[in-house]
Amino acid sequence: MTRRRRRGIMIAGALVVLAAAVGLVLAALRESIVFFHTPSDLAAKAIPEGQRIRLGGLVAVGSVKRGEGVDVQFAITDTAEQVTVRYRGVLPDLFREGQGVVTEGALESGRVFRADTVLAKHDENYMPREVADALKEKGLWQHGGPPPGTGTPQPAVEKK
Amino acid sequence: MIVELGHFALVLAFLVALVQMILPMWGARIGDVRLMGVGAPAALAQFGLLIIAFSALMHAYVVSDFSVANVYANSHSTKPLIYRISGVWGNHEGSMLLWVLILALFGAAVAAFGTNLPETLRANVLAVQASIALAFLLFILLTSNPFERLDPVPADGRGLNPILQDPALAFHPPFLYAGYVGFSMAYSFAIAGLIEGRTDAAWARWVRPWTLAAWMFLTVGIAMGSWWAYYELGWGGWWFWDPVENASFMPWLAGTALLHSAVVMEKREALKVWTILLAILTFSLSLMGAFLVRSGVLSSVHAFAVDPKRGVFILAIMLLFIGGGLMLYAARAPSLRQGGLFAPLSREGGLVLNNVLLTTATGTVLVGTLYPLALESINGAKISVGAPYFNATFVPLMVPLLLALPFGPLLGWKRGDVAAAMQRLMIAGLLAIVAAVVALAIVQRGPWLAPFAIALGVWVVAGALSELAFRVKAGNADRAEVFRRLRHLPRSVYGTAIAHAGVGVMVIGIAATSAWQSETILTMRPGQTVQIAGYDVAFTGVAPAEGPNYREVIGLMQVSRGGSRITELSPSKRQYNAPPQATSEAGILNALAGDLYVVLGDEAGDGAWSVRLYFNPLVRLIWIGAVIMFIGGACSLSDRRLRVGAPRRARRRLPAAAPAE
Repeated sequence: MTRRRRRGIMIAGALVVLAAAVGLVLAALRESIVFFHTPSDLAAKAIPEGQRIRLGGLVAVGSVKRGEGVDVQFAITDTAEQVTVRYRGVLPDLFREGQGVVTEGALESGRVFRADTVLAKHDENYMPREVADALKEKGLWQHGGPPPGTGTPQPAVEKK
Repeated sequence: MIVELGHFALVLAFLVALVQMILPMWGARIGDVRLMGVGAPAALAQFGLLIIAFSALMHAYVVSDFSVANVYANSHSTKPLIYRISGVWGNHEGSMLLWVLILALFGAAVAAFGTNLPETLRANVLAVQASIALAFLLFILLTSNPFERLDPVPADGRGLNPILQDPALAFHPPFLYAGYVGFSMAYSFAIAGLIEGRTDAAWARWVRPWTLAAWMFLTVGIAMGSWWAYYELGWGGWWFWDPVENASFMPWLAGTALLHSAVVMEKREALKVWTILLAILTFSLSLMGAFLVRSGVLSSVHAFAVDPKRGVFILAIMLLFIGGGLMLYAARAPSLRQGGLFAPLSREGGLVLNNVLLTTATGTVLVGTLYPLALESINGAKISVGAPYFNATFVPLMVPLLLALPFGPLLGWKRGDVAAAMQRLMIAGLLAIVAAVVALAIVQRGPWLAPFAIALGVWVVAGALSELAFRVKAGNADRAEVFRRLRHLPRSVYGTAIAHAGVGVMVIGIAATSAWQSETILTMRPGQTVQIAGYDVAFTGVAPAEGPNYREVIGLMQVSRGGSRITELSPSKRQYNAPPQATSEAGILNALAGDLYVVLGDEAGDGAWSVRLYFNPLVRLIWIGAVIMFIGGACSLSDRRLRVGAPRRARRRLPAAAPAE
């Protein structure tokens, strides 16, 4: 085999691997990414039931209700809209009423969100980044200031 | 006073780095030995000054000097001593100081032990290393000064995030940084080689031990982080494909590829152009990791800093060194001479396959990590790319890698005999099949791919041992001969086999725990018993307790199996004082066969508590595998040929061996 031919075989091999990887990446990006939404997004957009999404916002004050066994129900609010979330399992340590949370799951009939994951990890400001951004967009929270919900309850929370 | 001394030392280190960058490189250019000679003492001085700066900050932490803003923000007087010390690097400013300290340590190592390097190469390496230090020192001094004072002095500090107050995490950053930053050596050597327009086997022999050492530290650092996440975060998982984890994993993958391509360059003088590129890319990924973690662009517990000024600064550093390195590469690489020829089916070919698969896998991780950031900055859509993506892209690329792995060391250089290698791997293949059948017979549930993955792990372990067996002629020679050969095998051969076996062990652990984890979530009343994976876990109630800087509620869990009592587990929920934050401590029964993992949830009323139990089969093998890989690396590093001083001998031999250079 000549030098050129050997190199050709190897480059072809590398390209095959690369093409396979690109194919895998494109397929996986289409199927396995999960979009983040706020309660207002859910009200505004028609997100089909059963589609896997992330829903984030503040845990509405006074909304946490424990059911049978480890069933728990709470509401996520962005102070404009509110969505009821059902979850079966142990809530994370940092889960608190009035504080930011991100849940992952899918909508069920009747605008109830069935979460299988609840994330309450956050930075030092006790706010997941997506939630902080979403609230900032609505002008409800300035970075560095106290997060809403920790002081006086927001009007929407009281309305419930 | 000590704090000001530290600050002053930091500024001096910056100035010394400036000198160390300019004079030696200029000297190498005009051929002035005295100017080149400045590099080594400057590197040692820079390291000494940074030790002073770092010690000053550590002193401030140990004596809880809250007049220092950084200590106030991250420490507390009631914190145990070990966490006051680890608090030094448990925050943005301190961790950047640790970063430059380790950077200077590697520079000082070249200065101290590199006396046998060609004069100009050493001068250029030290200059490039100094330029990296310079950029980061400027970053610290301008945007992240750990020595800033507070006035008035607060009475007490705000404390360290309690989930970071943990023995494994205390030493996770130093190991991780030793790895991350260690790859700067590969970068500096690559740039110096490109500046000189000359890279040869001696170059690779120099780069390899540094890369190997960095890789070993990174392996242990990542494993420690994963172990910490496993027992501290209370989810029973050991890897989350979190962007911060990926930021450390990508340099590891690229560094692993670099280790292997450097072998080809050293032994056969082939793949030069590629190896240089890989050296630049590996450190570029380290820089990108620093950017991702330190700039706060990620949503993650690790991203403490949310200051855009810092982000832009690190981005500029990153672009400067990646862009500069790649531009120099583009200009100079075509002039590098091509090395030896080899057939596709050969040791070199195997290592090329290793490189292709590892770098492609790095690419898939890179896409998965950056895609959400890119998409958000383009159209504002927030997405998360999680485990499903990585399972669908990364894992399929690892399968051929693991399948091919045992063949590599058994193929000859230049032209390998695949049929002979297959013959030697016959036993390994049989063992793998047996393992799959046994796995199927023991565990009937779980995905059908799981037994295959177990077989793959066994195949890699057995394959690594087969290589050793073949080399010592086990089964073909008498016992004395086998022992004689065992004694005389180079340590690097043992290192290779051990590290590869470690990969296999890890694969078995990953496969078993991913496929066959059992999980139960329930509320338990005192006196209630639950069964999981053959264990009976009885909940006898909760008890309050108090630690040095927290209060906790401990769940009392009696664990028994088949009627005989094994142990008591005490998962707890802690409430820390400063900062006021709740954490869970899992109760874990360690066993090689699998971990029983119990987490106490919330009180559900009437004395009942929600409890989450996991059984994670063979999960220990994941970290044991990482430790085995580290041992393999250490074994290889202790090989005479690889030792840092070795190139002297090799260099003398080189002109005869490779007159073309």
